[in-house]
Amino acid sequence: MADSPVTIEHGGMGPDNSLQEQFDNSEQQYETSTLGMWAFLLTEIMFFGGMFGAYTVYRFKFPEAFASTSHWMDLLLGTVNTAVLICSSFTMAMAVRASQMGKKKALIWFLIFTLILGGVFLFIKGVEYHEKYVEHHIPGPSFQYEEAAYAHTAQILFFLYFAMTGLHAIHMIVGVGLLTTLIIMAAKNRFNANYFTPVENIGLYWHFVDIVWIFLFPLLYLIGRHA
Amino acid sequence: MNGSPVSHHITPVRTYVIIFLTLLVLTYTTAKIGEIELGDWNFVVAISIAITKALLVILFFMHAKDSSNLTKMFIGAGFFWMMILILVTLCDYISRPWQSNPVWMR
Amino acid sequence: MSTVLEQPRVQQPVNYLNANYGWKSWLLTHDHKRIALLYMFSITAFFFVGGFFALMMRLELLTPPGDLVSSDTYNKLFTMHGIIMVFFFLVPSIPAVLGNFLLPIMIGARDLAFPRINLLSWYIYMLGGVFTMWAVVSGGVDTGWTFYPPFSTSYSQTHVILAALGIFVSGFSSILTGLNFIVTVHKMRAPGMTWMRLPLFVWGHYATAIIQVLGTPVIAITLVLLGFERVLHAGIFDPALGGDPVLFQHLFWFYSHPAVYIMILPGMAVVSEVVPCFSRKRIFGYEFIAFSSLAIAVLGFLVWGHHLFVAGESMYSAMIFSFLSFAVAVPSSVKVFNWTATMYQGSISYETPMLYAFGFIGLFTIGGLTGIVLATMGLDVHLTDTYFVIAHFHYVMVGGMVMAYMAGIHFWWPKISGRMYPENWGRFSALLVFVGFNLTFFPQFILGYLGMPRRYHAYAPEFQVLNVLSSAGASVLGVGYVLPMIYLTWSWFRGPIAPPNPWDARGLEWEKSPSPPPTFNFIERPIVTEEAYNYARPAEVPVGG
Repeated sequence: MADSPVTIEHGGMGPDNSLQEQFDNSEQQYETSTLGMWAFLLTEIMFFGGMFGAYTVYRFKFPEAFASTSHWMDLLLGTVNTAVLICSSFTMAMAVRASQMGKKKALIWFLIFTLILGGVFLFIKGVEYHEKYVEHHIPGPSFQYEEAAYAHTAQILFFLYFAMTGLHAIHMIVGVGLLTTLIIMAAKNRFNANYFTPVENIGLYWHFVDIVWIFLFPLLYLIGRHA
Repeated sequence: MNGSPVSHHITPVRTYVIIFLTLLVLTYTTAKIGEIELGDWNFVVAISIAITKALLVILFFMHAKDSSNLTKMFIGAGFFWMMILILVTLCDYISRPWQSNPVWMR
Repeated sequence: MSTVLEQPRVQQPVNYLNANYGWKSWLLTHDHKRIALLYMFSITAFFFVGGFFALMMRLELLTPPGDLVSSDTYNKLFTMHGIIMVFFFLVPSIPAVLGNFLLPIMIGARDLAFPRINLLSWYIYMLGGVFTMWAVVSGGVDTGWTFYPPFSTSYSQTHVILAALGIFVSGFSSILTGLNFIVTVHKMRAPGMTWMRLPLFVWGHYATAIIQVLGTPVIAITLVLLGFERVLHAGIFDPALGGDPVLFQHLFWFYSHPAVYIMILPGMAVVSEVVPCFSRKRIFGYEFIAFSSLAIAVLGFLVWGHHLFVAGESMYSAMIFSFLSFAVAVPSSVKVFNWTATMYQGSISYETPMLYAFGFIGLFTIGGLTGIVLATMGLDVHLTDTYFVIAHFHYVMVGGMVMAYMAGIHFWWPKISGRMYPENWGRFSALLVFVGFNLTFFPQFILGYLGMPRRYHAYAPEFQVLNVLSSAGASVLGVGYVLPMIYLTWSWFRGPIAPPNPWDARGLEWEKSPSPPPTFNFIERPIVTEEAYNYARPAEVPVGG
């Protein structure tokens, strides 16, 4: 494994080295697919952005209630989860690198590590949600809040917490599904140094989901503990 | 229908490891600072660290550093548009108390 | 055009219509042209469903008391009319039909960048349509297409979540179409097709695609929040529980205002193709029209607060939104001036597409100017939620967008079907539509100014004369829309066979591609060597045409 930057000449060929009929050459196919994934990630930024907007407004309007609810976030679990996702981004990047170099075994192992780390994240999230359930902090008919002064607003803030982390968790679950598909495809020798576009593009998706969490973590767990 | 080969930059393992360790350090730092009372600065520090981490992931793990200008423009546009949504909406709420409307209109 | 005789059934060259037969070859197609036709049938069906609700409303409004339907039913009528017309007709129409069909051909490509995602996009649209129609047949929704809380979250007894789900799903169809167009224009242009040689139709659709990609996800998340709020009553938009209903309006209009530019930019794109052809002249100010499309897309994202002037947003916010709303009118007017300048000293002919284009230019201008009236905060206080607003947006949407859609369908009909439509019927229908439209909606400006509120099924007796005029106009308008259904369908099967370029137009779709085109659009891959709209030279004849 070379440690200096390596430029490798290859063609971004389709599966079985075939080219989809709308493309002129494999380079165009590769660049087009990747640009398409970036465009899709743009839509995801705006999808999450709407909730970041709602969060920002309510944090601005209700700073004390926000400080109150922030104390119920489990800082240790949140930090661990952040570290878990960062590890998974590292293993994902290594997986893409392995596929670029045509190294099937390394690719599969790195994908498996990424998958496991994703599973760990979801498990810890499940633990946190269970804590919320026990504390009666899930919005709805069974919601109860300890500080009566903030009862109404707290429910809105917890609603946003579940909406934001829930949407993120759904994206993680989809990501886990995509990784499973990649592992199966890699095991069937679908990828080589000339064709690894799905690995790269799903890698982009995975990193994006990590970035959403990189912002969710401070906004939900860190800020406001002392406001 | 075979076209010209695609020249693709392969990032060395060393770079990935350095970025990875940096991200872990930043995560630890932001969590520790989060426990200290800094008032409004908590927000600034936490978000700045988050932006730094996001940039590292985008530039290195997502290969944006080695991508075309078009890709970079796409990324910039996405974040810019999200900021329009959040900031302009927030401006409404920030400026509401500046008015001297009757209380029921605020 | 009537010199083209109907030809006996001869062996037709292989084109996208006869390349394969059978329902699977249509429902599982990758061909952007077939997908365009799938969309054409669907959106036409939705147009008539939405039109039916409009017909019911205009019948009710013939008399001042609410005597045809109950007020609850009337609420459902205007809600379903709005939802279906906005999300299932206007937003997809030109991009999904004409854009899908023409964009690859106009840039010299064999298909879009992602043909299977294009097909998926249609299926997603149909799924959204199924959910919405399910809501209709289960009794409809009564919140208005704007779904404002807390009524929609806490008080409405209708199928809000189902309708919201239908819109949510159809939004992804729009997102995928936009994504496909953006990547296609960046990556699939033929050799020599530089950005500044692109037809303005392509620029318009590129700008539209930007809005689709960046705006639609926001309404998606807004509807998700609305749905969960309706179930959980956490209070995010409910003032009784500490929430702010205006926040919903911010999030809703952040998409829904740019959405109106999703609807109009493709219409302008069509007009930019039709006007040079029927003026026999190059478009005036190509760069200005191209960049004005982008300017509208960008500025259009900065004006949504003009829907919230009386809702409770801060007046400082409102002032900025008002100013920006004036600004966004500038690029639109640039286009109107340029189309006019194109016609100046041109050799104008009055075929059906050009008649519709004339209608567009005049009616869109009126609609746009009345938009400026509404953007003026002080005037808006008087006019908001009156029929003035309704007249304004119907002028731009129906007088503008729908006429542009008709212009485009007629202009490219020979290319799509390989047949000519009957020109005199086309002209007659265009005239009916123009007269019917103005009779329907001009009185509504007056009604609104005089104070008749929107979304009411009963009104004060002094408004009756104008309402009757409006309803009469609606019946004429309806006939004007039904006629093309009949003669276009007739022409598909029995119309005279069209030559490859019946209008003597310029552009790759006319000069390099037969009518109808083969599955991969061209016999020979085109190479572009000159600017667009070169009406100074004779038209080329396509290979195989």
